[in-house]
Amino acid sequence: MSEHKACELLKAQFPEAVRGVTEFRGETTVAVEKGQLKAVMRFLKESEATRYDLLVDFAGVDLGSATPRFKVAYLLHSMRFNNRLRIETRVAEGAELETVSDIWKSADWMEREVYDMFGIGFSGHPDLRRILLPDDFAGHPLRKDFPLKGLDFEKPFPVCLEEEKGNRIDA
Amino acid sequence: MPEKRLMTVNMGPQHPATHGVLRLLLELDGEVIVKAEPHIGYLHRGIEKLAESFTYNQALTLTDRLDYTSGLSNNLAYCLAVEKLLGIEVPKRAQYLRVLFAELQRIAAHLLWVATHALDLGAMTVLFYAFRDRETILETLELVTGARLTPSFIRVGGLAADIPDTFLPRVREFVADFPKRVDEYETLLTENIIWKKRTQGISALSGEECLDYGVTGPVLRASGVYYDVRKAYPYSSYEDFDFEIPLGRKGDVYDRYLVRLQEMRQSNRIVGQAAEKLPPGPVAAVDAPQIVPPAKEEVGRDVAALIRHFKIMEEGYRTPPGEVYASVESSKGELGFYLISDGTNKPFRMRIRPPSFVNLGALPRMIKGHMVADVVAAIGSIDIVLGEIDR
Repeated sequence: MSEHKACELLKAQFPEAVRGVTEFRGETTVAVEKGQLKAVMRFLKESEATRYDLLVDFAGVDLGSATPRFKVAYLLHSMRFNNRLRIETRVAEGAELETVSDIWKSADWMEREVYDMFGIGFSGHPDLRRILLPDDFAGHPLRKDFPLKGLDFEKPFPVCLEEEKGNRIDA
Repeated sequence: MPEKRLMTVNMGPQHPATHGVLRLLLELDGEVIVKAEPHIGYLHRGIEKLAESFTYNQALTLTDRLDYTSGLSNNLAYCLAVEKLLGIEVPKRAQYLRVLFAELQRIAAHLLWVATHALDLGAMTVLFYAFRDRETILETLELVTGARLTPSFIRVGGLAADIPDTFLPRVREFVADFPKRVDEYETLLTENIIWKKRTQGISALSGEECLDYGVTGPVLRASGVYYDVRKAYPYSSYEDFDFEIPLGRKGDVYDRYLVRLQEMRQSNRIVGQAAEKLPPGPVAAVDAPQIVPPAKEEVGRDVAALIRHFKIMEEGYRTPPGEVYASVESSKGELGFYLISDGTNKPFRMRIRPPSFVNLGALPRMIKGHMVADVVAAIGSIDIVLGEIDR
């Protein structure tokens, strides 16, 4: 499917939002301007010609040295037309994206996960907290500059420090 | 009128009915749930981060540890993604065997589900029946993969090895016997008045709500939405098999139960067809020597094969830069892998689309307004596995 119908529609509807279309292994990815993301998403879900009613997946990517640093990818599925479309947009470090959790409720948890793992904020999100990691966790582990073994790997446990001092802490 | 007071109750993470380490904060008005808030992450191992430091071969072993009730389905989803990235075709025999394994694994996962779900709701007998049959499947799979829990048997490019001669007769025996076994579970539960009272009308979701929450798998189909990755985006030759997608109507706990039982029957049909139609031939891509390691005998005979073996095991292989998404219908829903390659031998990013994680997101909506005792029924009916949710 080289000519993805939704792609053409998007180009016609949002000529300045679409920044590029990539085809790889039969998958279509549309890069969208960050500012118009919300409008594009609403159009894709509500337009009779596209009807992307299922947000299958939402993923963050840290591109490391590139600017803007982060990329997020939304994978959509349309029940009516049975096809998939990936929408991606770039986010700079410290910048926020608009939430799409009011378009698809499934985005609620997925955005929380991206926030947790990458530190990308989502404006308008009803409850933006960490989801997998504890609330007092420092850093965002899926960033490329986060060490694989963690930030506190070299640090001894508080228990050990106390024991070194000769204090019994289990008493 | 007295002041209305809410009570907060903590359920889990150490609670037998939360199927692992799920913690729920329930806000109660008497015994009615006003608000529920799942807390997850107790089992977080950073699999997506770990995968970035592993070669494509090594990262396969991580997938076993996602949904640990259906390791082979996870292997399959991952391998499909890497194969799509590489652009290689797997031989028909391997594709059929993959289908056979995945469906046996689905039956095993559903049996575990029906056993524990019934146990949660007080019907203990089902567990003994279901585990008897699950044991048969696990032993049959162990015959091939050598493992019960973490097979890592489906490899990029095909399978780790061909099946032994004793495998297919055992599969045929199981396939012939299994429909009677499902009938047995049905006599225990389907018309059981207590079972019906505990499950009918509980935590119902409409089809639109399911889609809104991104729910996939049996939970979505119980609400009457026809979406199954095996039919929507057929992979691994699923289009060659004749099977139906069971649908429910009401989307409650009872319909989810019915859908899963029907799915077991359909999976059994697929296993039977795969065993009958299994074509001869190699079980790994022969035209991709840089990806598929040489056979053991060859390594002992030929020094070039030995070098190739070492190269694949040590260095792995490079993938073309690009990004792909491949998904399978696992026993829980759509399990997808979104791989981004930068042209090296390790994934630049491996995002796992876990069905249980997304499905659990709908739990607060499902149990709102129901009784505390129904929470157990609702959690059981989504069939969550925390290994996959927390990753």
